[in-house]
Amino acid sequence: MWIYEKKLEYPVKITKPDPWAAKVIISQYGGPDGELGAAIRYLSQKYSMVTPEAKAVLNDIGTEELAHLEMVGAMVSQLTQGATAEDMKKAGLDPYYTDHGAGVYPQSAAGIPWSAMGIQSSGNPVADLYENMAAEQKAKKTYQYLLDQMTDPDVIDPLKFLREREIVHFQRFGEALRYVEDYLNAKRVFYSR
Amino acid sequence: MNKYDIEKELYTLDFLALDLHLYLNTHPNDREALAEYNKVAALAAQARKKYEEHFGPLHSFRCPAGEHEWNWLSEYSPWEKEFNWSFDDGGEN
Repeated sequence: MWIYEKKLEYPVKITKPDPWAAKVIISQYGGPDGELGAAIRYLSQKYSMVTPEAKAVLNDIGTEELAHLEMVGAMVSQLTQGATAEDMKKAGLDPYYTDHGAGVYPQSAAGIPWSAMGIQSSGNPVADLYENMAAEQKAKKTYQYLLDQMTDPDVIDPLKFLREREIVHFQRFGEALRYVEDYLNAKRVFYSR
Repeated sequence: MNKYDIEKELYTLDFLALDLHLYLNTHPNDREALAEYNKVAALAAQARKKYEEHFGPLHSFRCPAGEHEWNWLSEYSPWEKEFNWSFDDGGEN
């Protein structure tokens, strides 16, 4: 089960609203390499993991991704706080405003709604862990592309924090993969005797 | 301790604990990391107590929530800017 902790993993305090920044950052909320996909991917794959280390890695990183989802949602929400219909239109968000106002909806920067089509849960722990290592690299590059476009330190600071977490998660998934491969190799030797 | 110090201490210790926790999942025999984790987790528990005395309960059903009044509710929530603070400004706002 989960318990809510009434704070963010890392503070988000954006003092200057900027709907244009929200328009692109929302991709890490509900885009193809975003935090919602990450959380659902790992928390669905955990049932297929075969060693205690890999089970813990999937469960605990999946949990941290939910905290990241909340941080990105907070960024999108704060960046559109107080924005008028006109402000949203100037930022190219008139189609978004039409359906969602200044609500936070899981979609990519290009407006494609979040879909489970962007993730896999294959039933094969090796295939899943390779996917997850790739997913962390993909999330890291999106944070980098976002950072390339941002100038406000209030926005840059939490994005940098999130980018760094992708690097740590990539490392942990690589280690989990070694545990799983060792386990599967040992099992194969045992059964072939 | 002022508000900023209380917040900064808990967020920092919680983050250290979280990161060491993930590390230990794949390095369960690293005794140095384990000792560090236990040290950080104990300090974080103290910081959490201090934080809750100042700001109210952190967990939805794992801690007392007021003697006379339900104090889970607060004017601002974690995703709002008014709830938050910045590592950079030394608690200026």
